[in-house]
Amino acid sequence: MTKYGKNTVRETKVSRRDLLKGAALSAAAAALPAADAKASVWEAFFQRHFQELNAREMEKVISRLEMEYAEKYGKEIKISTTKPLPGVLFGYGLDISRCIGCRRCVYACVEENNQSRDPQIHWITVLRFKKGDKWVSDMESADKYYNPDKVPEPGYFYMPTQCQQCENPPCVKVCPTQATWSEDDGIVVVDYNWCIGCRYCMAACPYGARHFNWMKPGLPAEEINTKTHYLGNRPRYSGVVEKCTFCIQRTRNEKGPYPACVEICPVGARKFGNLLDPKSEIRYCIENKRIFRLKEDLNTHPKFFYFFAT
Amino acid sequence: MRKFLSSAFAICLVIALTPAMAPGESSSAGEAIWRTEATDAGAKESGIPEFFVPPPPFSDGIFPCSDCHEDQEVNPERRVLEDMHEDIQIINHNEKERWCLDCHNPDNRDVLRLASGRLVSFEESYYLCGQCHGTIFRDWKAGIHGRRTGEWNGKKTYRLCVHCHNPHQPRFKPLAPQPPPVKPKNIK
Repeated sequence: MTKYGKNTVRETKVSRRDLLKGAALSAAAAALPAADAKASVWEAFFQRHFQELNAREMEKVISRLEMEYAEKYGKEIKISTTKPLPGVLFGYGLDISRCIGCRRCVYACVEENNQSRDPQIHWITVLRFKKGDKWVSDMESADKYYNPDKVPEPGYFYMPTQCQQCENPPCVKVCPTQATWSEDDGIVVVDYNWCIGCRYCMAACPYGARHFNWMKPGLPAEEINTKTHYLGNRPRYSGVVEKCTFCIQRTRNEKGPYPACVEICPVGARKFGNLLDPKSEIRYCIENKRIFRLKEDLNTHPKFFYFFAT
Repeated sequence: MRKFLSSAFAICLVIALTPAMAPGESSSAGEAIWRTEATDAGAKESGIPEFFVPPPPFSDGIFPCSDCHEDQEVNPERRVLEDMHEDIQIINHNEKERWCLDCHNPDNRDVLRLASGRLVSFEESYYLCGQCHGTIFRDWKAGIHGRRTGEWNGKKTYRLCVHCHNPHQPRFKPLAPQPPPVKPKNIK
């Protein structure tokens, strides 16, 4: 009896190794798309890293995404994959002595870059500081919810912040899936199809420039900007991180319009250009104005320059 | 076969040279726009291109000034304007030392007059402002002062000083701000 019982136990015993193997296999199986899933889901699942795609694969990826978007939003959305222009390194200048804190840039950016309206995502945050108070050393205590009738208010000044497009970006270093990287023209980009939503990059960014889609983005189809870039303003998914790309879909062209925030600024506080072109506006700022970079001591080397024109 | 090889070689050469040439090309193209489109002699001198400015923001029906002023005698006396232009007041623009005919040309009202006696059109009023505001004028020409739209590597549209600053009351007018972001506690 005892022997019989013992045998039964021995026969049904699963070794630790087999159990772990089985668990791993079933976890993997659960993660795979169901057998009846659409072909596009399988394609998306096996999509290679953006930087490794060849021309044919790229074309397939883009047509798949355009089809998905057309189905989802009921309108044609063009996705470009324009490469960086040779000999271009983008830089941005912001004149703190001019900014009046009107937030026109914030909403121009939302419209251009298809941010979620509800829940709200803003790539630009305008901070308000009291004149004479601590500021660059104490950004957390700045007010971003100020709402007077008219700006500028006497006794205050304003400092918009957004992605600083660092040369040494901490967000890129921490990404476990290499879903974010620095392009040759200096723009730090995110591949929304590779982002797994771990938000390490948000924790690593010292400027609070990265934003997370906690829910399905609330983006009304009639408000979509249909001219998009794969690494920029194409509509996002829930569970991915997004950020400013210097309007990659506009600026990365032979005849490239200024970013939307530069064009809208009513006081002309925002400047943009090629850091490698000695005649560019941004080079003029750097060479002739009092200039600083935010949190310079962190060794991030931003390509976003704050300056004082007067 | 030889033809094929030579054309293949030519294509390779073009591909090899393209990235190296592109930066130089783009900057010289920008320069070309800058220089060739400046027709006015003064503009050429100062490096200001001609293509850039929208027309001056005149009040409705106020221009050309000569419609009314042509038959009028010039009254050079400093006075408070009563019959016409009574809405024009100089505020925060050195009002004690300034008077209409310091900038407006008494003999032909459709143009402005610089201190040197040179006459400039309202489309070039930046020369007038630049007489005193030289550092701002310099920044404006470089694209640093003031709003600018267009292409970062191509054609740009500047604004005249008077598009943002009323010449008689030049302080920038406060604006209503756009709504603040939603506080995290209010996000449902």
